[in-house]
Amino acid sequence: MSLNRRELLGGTAAFTAAMMVPQVTLAADTIKLGSILDASGIFDAYGRPMDMATRLAVSEINAAGGLLGREVEVIAYDTQSDMALYSQFGQQLTRQDQVDVVHGGILSASREAIRQTMRRSQTPYFYNVLYEGGVCDRNIFINGVTPAQQVEALVPYAMGQSGPRVYILAADYNYGQITARWIQKFVADNGGETVGVDFFPLDVSDFGATIASIQTASPDLIMAPLVGGAHLSFFRQWAAAGMKDRIPMASTTLGVGNEHKVLTADEGNGIMVAYNYSQELDTPANIAFKERWAAAYGDSSAIHELAVSNYQGVMTWAEAVRQAGSVEREPLIEAMQSGLSIDGPAGKITVDPQTHHAILDVHLMAFENQGMKVIETLPQRQPIDTQAVCDLQANPDDNTQYEIEI
Amino acid sequence: MDLTFVILVEMLYAVASLILISAGLAVVFGMMKVINLAHGEFMMMGGYATITAVNLGVNIFVAMLIVAPLVVGLIGLVVERLVIRHLYGRLVDTMLATWGLSLFFIGMVTLIFGNTTTGISTPIPGFTVGNYQVNGYNFFIILVSIALLIVMLAVLKATRAGLIARGTMQRSDMAAALGYSPDRIYMATFFCGSAIAGLAGAVLAPLVGLVPTSGGAYIAKAFITVIAGGPSLIAGLISSSTLFGLVSQFFTFAISPVIGEVALLVAAVVLLRLLPQGVTGKFFKGKL
Repeated sequence: MSLNRRELLGGTAAFTAAMMVPQVTLAADTIKLGSILDASGIFDAYGRPMDMATRLAVSEINAAGGLLGREVEVIAYDTQSDMALYSQFGQQLTRQDQVDVVHGGILSASREAIRQTMRRSQTPYFYNVLYEGGVCDRNIFINGVTPAQQVEALVPYAMGQSGPRVYILAADYNYGQITARWIQKFVADNGGETVGVDFFPLDVSDFGATIASIQTASPDLIMAPLVGGAHLSFFRQWAAAGMKDRIPMASTTLGVGNEHKVLTADEGNGIMVAYNYSQELDTPANIAFKERWAAAYGDSSAIHELAVSNYQGVMTWAEAVRQAGSVEREPLIEAMQSGLSIDGPAGKITVDPQTHHAILDVHLMAFENQGMKVIETLPQRQPIDTQAVCDLQANPDDNTQYEIEI
Repeated sequence: MDLTFVILVEMLYAVASLILISAGLAVVFGMMKVINLAHGEFMMMGGYATITAVNLGVNIFVAMLIVAPLVVGLIGLVVERLVIRHLYGRLVDTMLATWGLSLFFIGMVTLIFGNTTTGISTPIPGFTVGNYQVNGYNFFIILVSIALLIVMLAVLKATRAGLIARGTMQRSDMAAALGYSPDRIYMATFFCGSAIAGLAGAVLAPLVGLVPTSGGAYIAKAFITVIAGGPSLIAGLISSSTLFGLVSQFFTFAISPVIGEVALLVAAVVLLRLLPQGVTGKFFKGKL
């Protein structure tokens, strides 16, 4: 078969047009939920269960008749743990797919890569991940724990279990940098001393020298806001050096991607954490959630903090759409700011109208035999770090990420 | 005193891991003049071979020291027969072809194992030196790299096969005139280089989280070490690994791990400016 240029161009144009027609007709009657997550690559331990949670939440919403009588359709992009893809897919979601809402982003770097795109295109954006706090933007809603909810509780508890000299190992990007400063603040507030701070790029996986210099500083406690698959090597090498039972450790991130199930019990036991969710939470809501997850995906072992946050984020958005009677941005934000709350697998989540953050339960926990054992529950903590700097009721045009000064 | 010992161990470990990372490439690139941009992927496949074998119940040391080198060596053999043998003497073409291979291997491993982080625990417990705990696995890596160097030296220097290989690399036409088939000698040498890369990837696997793109982390260091080493295979490998290992660990301890990596690269640039032929282009001339 031979093709000349005109036939080729004509044929291609017709094909492209044919591809576009059904999309246009479908788009009118579904509500489009954009999802943008690292479902592969070194952050897939976070992203894959989050993606499963989005789909579970949407299928439950649709099974209950959809929203406003319309079906919710998920338009998902896998950013492959590549920050550059976030801006690309972010543009695609808002311009080409013209979604009604976007849920997603995992690392703080990825959130900042798409936040302004969402703001400019007036697409409501839900970032459902624990983070370093301080984002003040009327277009974004955040339901993950912030340092005031997490670090403020974890530091005094962990120092009480060990001692006042603290060494910090953090991931080298905005999350790690800012969280390390929060840790230093809370260590000082509790009468302790920070004896060392080290930052690691996300692909560093050799921690031999660090382990030696930690021993030189001989701290009482290690705080480790490390992020991603490469940094998991630290906990392996730390245990392999036989240090695990000599210096206690606490982390603000370990376990949110179910790392306690990847590490062996010997490598993980005793590490202290504080999160909104644990699979070991013995509440009817959590037990029912695990059953629904298992019914959808075979077993419930993949559920983790970020997946539950994401599930709760989608459910909060759905509740706001129901109350507003619309998916439009303004009525949605009004509804979100009305003091709306839902009961999720991790308990009651209330949207704070002042900051668009969440008021939620935080549990102090320790790793035990590849699980997270709840030690103490701190009910309904406010995001006071962000509340101190951000008031979206008074300044609706604010568009800043406030950072802590020391 | 204890700290000195710990730093010494860490420095030896850094040197040893550079030797391991670069040894396979030194054979393939240093001897055969094939720019193997898939070297990192050969190492990555060594890691996956180990993890797969361990999960199938093979003893971890057998998996690292025997299974992984064999598997990767055989992959190297297939690659040599299908691709590389057509490209001997065409330096730039080998670069393009092996770069394509590296993308192919990343894709294949992603298809089979998924684009996700896997890993195994280190098989050797830590031990105490005074007030310090040291990762016992570091010593294993140091031992493996010393053994590897001794074996390479012995094979190249003391065996007839080594002599023939070295001769063929210098003048393949003369080797052919003397009745040896350069084709088969190249094939065997490429097998050995691939197997060494597989061994390195396997031995380093328990220290890192492995993803299909892990090879990228090794390739730059391997090329820098081999090029800075210069024409002598083993003397070059030892001298440049020692230099870069010491420099990077010194700055790692003195300042931070990031500065340590920077210092390694700066040292490489300065070294190649001063000694464009590599360390053994000027010192240890004529050594193996």
